[in-house]
Amino acid sequence: MARDSQAALVALHRFGFGARGGASGDFINAASDPRGFVKAELSRPNGVLLEVPGLLSTPALGKAVFDYQFEVQQARNAASQSAAKPAAIGPSAPADEKAQRRNLSLNSIAMDMAPREPPREPPAKSADNANASMGNPPAPSPETMQPAAPKPPPQPLNIIQKTFRAEALARLQRAIIADGGFTERLVVFWSNHFCISANKGGLARMWAGSFEREAIRPHVLGRFGDMLKAVEQHPAMLFFLDNQQSLGPDSRAGKNRNRGLNENLAREIMELHTLGVGGGYSQDDVTALARVITGWTYAGRQGQLGAPGSFVFNANAHQPGAHRVMGKIYEADGVAQGEAVLSDIARHPSTAKFIATKFARHFVADEPPPALVARLADVFTRTDGDLKALATALTDSDEAWKTPLTKVRSPYEFLVATGRLLAQIPSDPGRYLGGLNALGQPLWSPAGPNGFPDSNAAWAAPEGMKLRLDISAQIASRLGDGIDPRDLLELVAADAASVETRRTVERAESRQQALALLLMSPEFQRR
Amino acid sequence: METNVECCESLTSSAASRRAVLLGGASFAAWAYLPKFARAADGRDPRLVVVILRGALDGLATVAPIGDPDYAGLHGSIALTSSGPNAALMLDSFFALHPAMPEFARMYREKKAAVVHAVATSYRERSHFDGQDVLESGFAGPGRVQSGWLNRALEGLPKGERVMSALAVGPTTPLVLRGAAPTVGWTPVALPQAADDTAMRLVDLYRHRDPALASALTQGLALDKAAQGDDMKPKPGTNGIAAMRLVARGAAKLMAADDGPRIGALAFDGWDTHANEGGPVGRLAQLLGGLDGALAEFESGLGARWRDTVVVVATEFGRTARINGTEGTDHGTGTLALLAGGAVKGGRVISDWPGLKPASLYQGRDLAPTTDLRAVMKGVLQDQFGLAERVLAESAFPDSASVKPMKGLVG
Repeated sequence: MARDSQAALVALHRFGFGARGGASGDFINAASDPRGFVKAELSRPNGVLLEVPGLLSTPALGKAVFDYQFEVQQARNAASQSAAKPAAIGPSAPADEKAQRRNLSLNSIAMDMAPREPPREPPAKSADNANASMGNPPAPSPETMQPAAPKPPPQPLNIIQKTFRAEALARLQRAIIADGGFTERLVVFWSNHFCISANKGGLARMWAGSFEREAIRPHVLGRFGDMLKAVEQHPAMLFFLDNQQSLGPDSRAGKNRNRGLNENLAREIMELHTLGVGGGYSQDDVTALARVITGWTYAGRQGQLGAPGSFVFNANAHQPGAHRVMGKIYEADGVAQGEAVLSDIARHPSTAKFIATKFARHFVADEPPPALVARLADVFTRTDGDLKALATALTDSDEAWKTPLTKVRSPYEFLVATGRLLAQIPSDPGRYLGGLNALGQPLWSPAGPNGFPDSNAAWAAPEGMKLRLDISAQIASRLGDGIDPRDLLELVAADAASVETRRTVERAESRQQALALLLMSPEFQRR
Repeated sequence: METNVECCESLTSSAASRRAVLLGGASFAAWAYLPKFARAADGRDPRLVVVILRGALDGLATVAPIGDPDYAGLHGSIALTSSGPNAALMLDSFFALHPAMPEFARMYREKKAAVVHAVATSYRERSHFDGQDVLESGFAGPGRVQSGWLNRALEGLPKGERVMSALAVGPTTPLVLRGAAPTVGWTPVALPQAADDTAMRLVDLYRHRDPALASALTQGLALDKAAQGDDMKPKPGTNGIAAMRLVARGAAKLMAADDGPRIGALAFDGWDTHANEGGPVGRLAQLLGGLDGALAEFESGLGARWRDTVVVVATEFGRTARINGTEGTDHGTGTLALLAGGAVKGGRVISDWPGLKPASLYQGRDLAPTTDLRAVMKGVLQDQFGLAERVLAESAFPDSASVKPMKGLVG
């Protein structure tokens, strides 16, 4: 079969995370059958699931956080009682001294808890092999993508930090070893569409990974309506958008506690998850949906409503009665009332249009071809939100293959593509997390519920590009010795590489410089 | 406690993550040129800082209408009071300032700070992202342009010398300052830099193959040495609140220099207080304390130049007048704008107060806006830089001829 290098670039960069280094043969395979290369990943049953020993379910993680927070609180109470006694410190101890004491107690608890932790996933063997094959010893520290700045003395990680890093590591490893990475790109897309932020608090940080594993991945090639329901009933989302605090004003709990609605989740369901702004809903619809989903919460530490950390419907908090949402009356029906609303708005034409536009914008161009958007919306509607059909329609479209690669890779795509090319399967997520922080895309931690931006305006901004260059130079200075960047250019783009890029790489003054320039080349940065 | 966990997570990470703590919460960007009249004969050298609070600030909690008989009932458990341990600071007989803002209170007493209350942009829906778009773009509706009113206003100013070349471009220029007029920015950086030679080779490659990246990188390569100094480095333990001060301090240092920027914008995130907003103490109080500290940093950092400075603080919309069921507030409409600076004709709360009776609330739930925020911005731009009303009504804030600049804010 004819080799089409340009189409291979599209297959690997637009749809995937770029070619893997070493002897993967990714570029040649993609060039031989570009569409087949991309679509192969769609047909693997359960290929999107991430089941790694040691990664726990949301309830198990929730229970661990509740217990941890309880112990911290108890230790703090004990510390404040004993601290009140000695006259040496006195009641007017400076604030930073207090903070230090607090940190100490946190640390000691983290250490106490450490043995009870599930064992950390051992580093993937192939990571060491990959390093060795490239003539590099395994990195001694997790700081490659970060500066060699003086480090504060290491503090033991608490259970929340450990869990977050284990989840991050599993996700990164999967992305870096994936064949082309199309399904992992889909995971990232949907995870960002239905984002939570780990910065909301300990539970969100603890659940950021399990949320994606449980609510996103099972449905990435399934149905949108199922993903929607899984997301809105996931404890991480209920916590992130405050729904666990929202009480029906006329519910028993609402009346007893004199508290009531919080419309945060209801609004973002309509505005960000389904219909989109201007999608045909009003403030009254938002408030009505907020009422409908009162009682959607998760069980707390005491487990009165169910297993701690699991989704529960708390009828005591639910606003009784029928509610009208977008012109339709939904009779009182417990949790099914809200599920019926979600099911209907998942099928709304505004949702199809909103999702199709975002999908095409992500994979094709900041201003996607209108005909493609219309076709994707049509597929979404006709198949009742079949997301595999949506992905297939994208790979079958001429637009996806003919539109120039104008989008700049997001920081996550850039760092994962770099790890793949250099065959750096991490055994510690630190350098990736640090790089993502520096480049403004901290993992699972967007600034708002609308997720990270998806445009060149965001990712090709001046300081962002400057920082990318600094990070590329860092990586190259660590890894550039043992590799020939000219060979790497063949793996990245082969004869789709421009004359200028080839010349720039060949004429670099050192291998390190050549590698930094290759990582920053338009061929590597654009997708 | 959860906050502490976050804090420790960043503490254990490297300098790069500490920096990201800043990126997440605050950044600074500025016009890349001096206005031509910057060293005019009258010795006045005006400066303008626009501070965007993203997430929708609860105006009724920041400057509380304590004299309004309906206020206490609506704001319920988080309402401020004029007496007691954390009493709000009375600005006049009707309005009281949140106790977390003592610096602003002092400026107000010194007549160097003012409040404009019951303000809103022209946006009347309740989406943050569209609301911010309207606030920052200056257009009447969302999604119209990728440029901001401050940037377009700059096009009406005579362009002088370029500001100090050692100013980098922020990774996240706020929309309000995005556009055709070149901008620069600064955030505290702790990454080692790539070698100049590597950078030059890459710029050369981009010039041949990718002009857009060439432009971005060339701007990005302007280094940030001027703002750097040991006191500018993020320190362990820097949280979002401290970051607000830190970025303001760096921005003030840059703007104080003779060849430093005159017009800049900052954005602070995190004001979306749906649950447990807190009253005199708590979550919003912490944020307001950070904002208060940032204003104080501008005052001290700008030194003699503070005399000619106006800082405007604005947000996309307000929050519900009545607290919700979770001791927070949901998305609303009317809110406030704050002005601080030596050039401000302060010591006043400027408001055509609509009242908080049920029938007076916008859609029965929000503080009704009686002042168009564009009038405030236009007034400041006109007084500070002598921008013509036509420029303000056509290019800075298109289709806003009916919104007249508010007079006498500066002087």
